[in-house]
Amino acid sequence: MEASAAYAVQMHGITKRFGAYTALDHVDLDVRKQTVHAILGENGAGKTTLMNILYGLYQADEGEVFLNGQKVDIANPTTAINHGIGMVHQHFMLVENFTVTENIILGDEICGTAGILDMRRARAKVLELVEQYGFDVDPDAKIEDISVGMQQRVEILKALFRGAEILILDEPTAVLTPQEIDKLIQIMEDLTAAGKTIIVITHKLKEIMRSAHECSIIRRGVYMGTVDVTQSSEDDLAARMVGRNVNLKVQKTPAHPGEVCLSIRGLSVKDERGIEQVRGLDLDVRSGEIVGIAGIDGNGQQELVDAIMCMAKATKGTIAIKGEQIQNTSPRNVIDHRIGTIPSDRHRWGLVLPMMVLENSALEHHGKETFGEGIMLDYDKLYSFTAELIQKFDIRPAGCERERMSGLSGGNQQKTIIARQVAHVPDVLIAFQPTRGLDVGAIEFVHKTLVAERDRGAAILLVSFELDEVMDVSDTIAVIYHGQIVDTFEQGTVDEEQLGLLMAGGGAQ
Amino acid sequence: MSAVIRFMRRPFANAVVAIILGFVVAAVILALAGFDPLATFATLFQGALGKPKYITNVIIKATPILLTGVGVAFAFQTGLFNIGAEGQYILGTVVATIVGVTFNFPAPIQVPLVILSGMLGGALLGAFIGFLKARFGIHEVITSIMCNWIMLYLCNFVVGSDAFHKPNSNTALPINVSGYTMVLPEWKVSDEGIAYLVARPWLRDILLKTDFNLGFVIAIAVAILMGVLLSRTKLGYELRAVGLNKDAARFAGIGVERSVVTCMLISGAICGLAGALNITGISPHTITLLSVQEGYGFNGLSVAFIAGCSTVGCIPASFLFSGLIYGGMTVQQMLGVPSEIISIMIGTIVFFTALPAMAPKIADWLERRRLTTKEA
Repeated sequence: MEASAAYAVQMHGITKRFGAYTALDHVDLDVRKQTVHAILGENGAGKTTLMNILYGLYQADEGEVFLNGQKVDIANPTTAINHGIGMVHQHFMLVENFTVTENIILGDEICGTAGILDMRRARAKVLELVEQYGFDVDPDAKIEDISVGMQQRVEILKALFRGAEILILDEPTAVLTPQEIDKLIQIMEDLTAAGKTIIVITHKLKEIMRSAHECSIIRRGVYMGTVDVTQSSEDDLAARMVGRNVNLKVQKTPAHPGEVCLSIRGLSVKDERGIEQVRGLDLDVRSGEIVGIAGIDGNGQQELVDAIMCMAKATKGTIAIKGEQIQNTSPRNVIDHRIGTIPSDRHRWGLVLPMMVLENSALEHHGKETFGEGIMLDYDKLYSFTAELIQKFDIRPAGCERERMSGLSGGNQQKTIIARQVAHVPDVLIAFQPTRGLDVGAIEFVHKTLVAERDRGAAILLVSFELDEVMDVSDTIAVIYHGQIVDTFEQGTVDEEQLGLLMAGGGAQ
Repeated sequence: MSAVIRFMRRPFANAVVAIILGFVVAAVILALAGFDPLATFATLFQGALGKPKYITNVIIKATPILLTGVGVAFAFQTGLFNIGAEGQYILGTVVATIVGVTFNFPAPIQVPLVILSGMLGGALLGAFIGFLKARFGIHEVITSIMCNWIMLYLCNFVVGSDAFHKPNSNTALPINVSGYTMVLPEWKVSDEGIAYLVARPWLRDILLKTDFNLGFVIAIAVAILMGVLLSRTKLGYELRAVGLNKDAARFAGIGVERSVVTCMLISGAICGLAGALNITGISPHTITLLSVQEGYGFNGLSVAFIAGCSTVGCIPASFLFSGLIYGGMTVQQMLGVPSEIISIMIGTIVFFTALPAMAPKIADWLERRRLTTKEA
């Protein structure tokens, strides 16, 4: 496509290599002025790399960048800012104990004579911006006191304050509640109406459908074309992103539950501050069924899973695996009772990131004789074991056995954890937020695996804050509120509204 | 050029760059102080490697810091900062002396007994520090620095005690001869032996004029063994996992508290071994009244850092360190250059090894420059 002033941003033939790895291979991007343009791709597809090139954080090995039809050379973020490009990163870069105004002016301070900070003028200018775009942000509030959604708006204000005409938002909805997402979409509409151009990096299809005008798709570093969102559908976008048709609905046959595998009676657990978070909870999970716990974050889910894993102390009650009590023993004992757990925070609990993939794939079961006789750890055996998992679970990049775990994308890290758990044929599989931060392809994989494990005869406990996920995957849905199971339903016998009410405490006595 | 770039991407390239920078900085300082840097370095090498006797002394002096270095590096790889190597070393010397003086078995029993008891002393002290961390969450740096001083005064207490004090000296009684680990010790005392050695200048240099002992063989074996333990055993795997991510290790059923104690026990044992070998291998074969800490433990920290905390890497690092110190003495005697220049060099080397991204950065820079010259 020719460079034209009708486009705010045009990137043509962008190639970026990291060593032997090609992150972007002749990628094109044409963003019309005053539109919301989504960049869609799986984790590790190269979306963020492309935007980092536009923002001057990386230099492209090949390719040209045009702004408003003019060829530009963006060597660093300062140049990008001078060209009117602003970027809001996925992880906010704000000083927690500074006020909103202080954060916004940081690095671009308004000064009076002799370089003395003129806070009054700065505050007035911030307030002017806030009012102009209807941002609902208190310029005097400290960052640590305001919600995540407001912090994001501060980040956007920071960019606007520096005169941004083109805003790049990297996964802006990852940390927001549904209400905050609505608000953000409204803000994006207002900004484009005011003449700004917005580029959104995302893998969430729903939000693209709601907010974007056009959507460019990148698959493994290759440009897959741009579509008009009004002419497309979620399924279409998903297929283009992953390269095959994706089932957004979970496919499964009716469950055939067997005996009770995991039985929890009268369980009480306190959190780190000594506040009781699980309060006399009862729960049964039978083999061959998926029990999903629906609930809002902070209603005892973390403590429940911690207690099962013996990472937290059960102050009252029992947890039994096939009739044998395991509460308040040790994680080792729990693992030896054939319980596999997919933790909610894979970086903290699930993986040792600086270690190699093959070392991570042995974690929990490294003591077994299959990984070496006596005290020795046989790295050849680890290698062949891991190679098999990588092949079977399509962990990418292929041949990553000796790579550091931290080099894999989030989805592939999660696959490594799941592969490791499934490889040891657990009787009980606990999946806590198993699809957090994953893209559709990976989510489909996780759900398929859970169903396959169920069909093998494992008892599966799914704990998730995504109500859609719990409703789609579970055979039995248990609602947790205030540390207790307030009600249970068979799948299909309850609707979203009813569950939402119970989750918010509407069913509590 | 491409060979240089490849080399710079190797893991140990950083240490080599740091050593070169150490020499460069020293050269600048020497020149500023009015000395000839090249002549000084020549004397330094001459003083460290010029004669078999010098080389032997470098090896002897490398032995304890190799071991304390391995102890520190081992702990570091498992996420613990054992700054208490000094105290564990001292306790190793104290226990070895007490046992070596008290008992007098034949050498095949006495030697292992003295060495193992010194190790045990260091191990228990290390385990105690680990226990305080695991049980009460007290940071190992705090407790081990305290223990360093407690051990120093324990040493002085033993030296001054009625049972062990050697009259008219500032030392304790030397251990019984059956506990010595020098090579061919009886040759040095018998007339025939001395005659044999004197007739062969090379052997005389090594054996008669120095305390050439078996310690360095043991030290190298320990360094390799610890490398294997860390990288090829289940215990090493667990210890490293705990060091890199305690939460994930706990979640995976690894006893984090036990790992901390185990790691400090092993680290302490190695430092204690360093002390015991100095007692059995080097005259006066006993402990001396200490006014300041001897620095074997602290030098071990430097060795471990130069080695990039690789236990096997501690072998060349300790020889380098020891060579600089020993050769530095000659520099002072021959040229009048203050031996502090050696401390400056070592400090510079340690400083630059603390910048782990240095060598890869140089490689990137060289590669870019090569590409641009090619294009031009």
